[in-house]
Amino acid sequence: MISRRVFLKNGAFVFVSLGFAPPFLQRTAIAAGNGRAKQLIAIFQRGAVDGLSVVVPFGEPDYYRARPSIAIPRPASSDREHATIDLDGFFGFNPRLQSLKPLWDARQLAIVHACGSPDSTRSHFDAQDYMETATPGIKNTPDGWLNRYLQTRRIDDVDATPFRAVALTSQMPRMLEGPAPALAVSQLGQFGIRAGQAGDALGASFEAQYAAADSLLHGTSRDAFNAMRMLKTVDPSKYEAEHGADYPRSPFGQALKQVAQLTKANLGLEVAFADIGGWDTHVNQGAAQGQLANRLDDFSRSIAALVTDLGGRMADTVILTMSEFGRAVNENGNRGTDHGHGNAMMVIGGGVRGGRVYGRWPGLAVEQRYERRDLAVTTDFRDVFGEIVVRHLGVGNAGPIFPGYAIRPTRFPGLFG
Amino acid sequence: MNRRSPSVLFFATVVAALALYGGRESVQGLPSPPDQAIVHVLNRIGYGPRPGDVDRVRAIGLQRYVDEQLHPDRIPDSTLTARLAPLTTVALSSREIAERYELPTIEARQERKQNAADAAANPSDPPVVDPVQQKANSLVLELGEQKLLRAVYSERQLQEVLVDFWFNHFNVDARKGRDRFMVTEYERDTIRPHVFGSFRELLGATAKSPAMLFYLDNWMSTDPNGPHPEFRPPAMVGGRHGGAMFLPIPQRPLGPGAPGVKNGLNENYGRELMELHTLGVDGGYTQRDVTEIARAFTGWTMPNPRQGNGFTFDPRLHDPGEKIVLGHVIKAGGGESDGGKILDILAQHPSTATFIATKLVRRFVSDTPPPGLVARVAARFRDTHGDLREVTRTILMSPEFLSPETFNAKVKTPLEFLASAVRATGADVQDALPLVRTLQQLGMPLYQCQPPTGYKDTAGAWVNAGALVSRMNFATRLADSKVPGTILTGDGPTNELALRLGGPEFQRR
Repeated sequence: MISRRVFLKNGAFVFVSLGFAPPFLQRTAIAAGNGRAKQLIAIFQRGAVDGLSVVVPFGEPDYYRARPSIAIPRPASSDREHATIDLDGFFGFNPRLQSLKPLWDARQLAIVHACGSPDSTRSHFDAQDYMETATPGIKNTPDGWLNRYLQTRRIDDVDATPFRAVALTSQMPRMLEGPAPALAVSQLGQFGIRAGQAGDALGASFEAQYAAADSLLHGTSRDAFNAMRMLKTVDPSKYEAEHGADYPRSPFGQALKQVAQLTKANLGLEVAFADIGGWDTHVNQGAAQGQLANRLDDFSRSIAALVTDLGGRMADTVILTMSEFGRAVNENGNRGTDHGHGNAMMVIGGGVRGGRVYGRWPGLAVEQRYERRDLAVTTDFRDVFGEIVVRHLGVGNAGPIFPGYAIRPTRFPGLFG
Repeated sequence: MNRRSPSVLFFATVVAALALYGGRESVQGLPSPPDQAIVHVLNRIGYGPRPGDVDRVRAIGLQRYVDEQLHPDRIPDSTLTARLAPLTTVALSSREIAERYELPTIEARQERKQNAADAAANPSDPPVVDPVQQKANSLVLELGEQKLLRAVYSERQLQEVLVDFWFNHFNVDARKGRDRFMVTEYERDTIRPHVFGSFRELLGATAKSPAMLFYLDNWMSTDPNGPHPEFRPPAMVGGRHGGAMFLPIPQRPLGPGAPGVKNGLNENYGRELMELHTLGVDGGYTQRDVTEIARAFTGWTMPNPRQGNGFTFDPRLHDPGEKIVLGHVIKAGGGESDGGKILDILAQHPSTATFIATKLVRRFVSDTPPPGLVARVAARFRDTHGDLREVTRTILMSPEFLSPETFNAKVKTPLEFLASAVRATGADVQDALPLVRTLQQLGMPLYQCQPPTGYKDTAGAWVNAGALVSRMNFATRLADSKVPGTILTGDGPTNELALRLGGPEFQRR
């Protein structure tokens, strides 16, 4: 047979020379003031998590009336393992969020409750789309809001680090879709051309081919090849978490571990994205134990591990959690919950004024509910996104990031002091 | 390694086929326009050309080939039949699957619960691989092997594309609880027989299928004012993946402190039936319609696994009152027929015709469906009362479909990429399991798309850095005969083959 090497030596392919040393440093977000690079880690809970079981309004009698079989017991309950963890005398954590309680106590974790979209859709797909484009009710928005954030600080293509925005997912999330480069890589360890000794040469040949391709494939492949080169300096298999951080072995835990790894590799990571599914609990949702509780356990321990692992870097990092909508206040006929409206978001970081639940609480009595069935929305999610973009990432004019919506600091929840 | 002597002729054929496919970089000169059209059709109504396919289609004529594909029952497919023969579970009835796979799983779980105390006493023991669970998972893997073998080897290519399309349209996720035991039958008996038939019948088949009843929770949606006489509520425990599982008889209580079992309405199916299966999210319905439809479908359920897996209507669970759906009054006391009336209303609704037409045109023509074509296809849908063969034919015979602008305009999904790569090499797939696992790595695990929306059919969903690198790596392994069980019968310039299959032209169709 003709070996690969001989064939390549025969010169059948054009090789591109690869002098690559991107001057990408200093390119990450420099917030006004301290001059340090800021980072945002966005986490999407796909499937509509039941916010009333995450941040429990235990001070609300209607909550217990509406949920005879799946309510989380009041903190006063004798059964501590299954009772709400009191946060402020009215709201409390699901007990499976125990690992996030120290962040609340350290005032690094804030909650925005009754938060969501002005659009009434209860479609997962549409609501995720609206949250990721930040244009509720408008489906043809071409790009996601995080991509528009990246666009506001456009960087010359030559200088940009391909790791500026990374989704640890197998598909590019809508939130990062758009003209600004972003990577979607689910497994850093598998990100490279694997062909033994011939890998480099083959990779170069692939790269040359893709350089001549249509813009969609060319643009994506260019980012991929740049990223592969830089990643060679980092061996994902050898990463060890610091400060005793203990990531769950779940896909979500491993995704967040890779966020930490990319962060610490100083590759210029500015925006990271991860998602976690399994929240569409129409049947047997459970309370402090069961289906939802198990998802929350993975969710909270993964985030807690990331915060621990990032250590001092959390001073310049914000972790934002979101889900497309909340679930109906009344439990349904199957000890589950159907699609609802308002929900709870979490904002975690060293610069966050944590230890508080933000937003106006609308109440859970039937006449206080949205369409007499769901938690009403009193904080538009764009005001949370907007405050993070302006006060954490330091964008002067957030207008282009939120088309059709006037970003006004007076409407910000006040997450940053 | 003992390898066969170089088969120059074979490789010339492969490279020529690939060149035709790519359209531009032919080593034997640019393909003539008719050949480009043939390659286009083979890419769009099937999983791409094999060596020799272009010649075969040229010989019988493109129009005749398309017409043949619209009547798969007239196409012999004995090669495929032989290749599927070793996959014994794909022919099993749901009852047989329940007996051989599901009931042992339930019994094993019961046993595990009894032994839970022992396990808790030794928490440091490594988790034991559960053979029963593994056997159950093998059902879905074998179904995936079947799907790939059909995509690669079936002569009825259009049928396979449509089965994939309609399964995805009426998506269920095999990872949700009992569904792993029901997807085999769902694809074979619910989806496949109807892809050239009536949309209303397809819709009705999915509505009554245990796989859908379970996936979208309708089986346990009941009249909140019930139960009506002789009712005994089904008892459930949570499944591993967010679903619910029946408990075997005798039923156990739900657990200490659980309130009395009282079922009621579940809106999941009612909503997705309109949003995803028929009208589309902008098709003109309200939350009120969702609730009314959920009421109409109460009682559409199924028995527990010991009693089989079929559809049953249980009047004790049904809400007998009047329903008003999309302005239509469904009189009280209709019983099981309520659901059928809803499906009639939805299947005949003009939004459904447009929604289905849009999705089919997106699959066969362009990520941005031409509005004129969508309108004509929707009109055909209405005029023929949803005759899917005629609807499909309208697309395949349209000038838009054969317009050179549409050539290579679509980016392949991972399934399309993988199947077309194997076809292009003419490889002999002796074991499809490694290919099934590759699709997981490529982000498209078969029968395991979690949301009811199914997998996306647009380029943006599938073009990203990680995915492209994975495709290049698969192409490299395939060309180098390093995909276990997939044998390339020739020898030749593997790098050239890898670069073709992993290159940008080949990612399009």
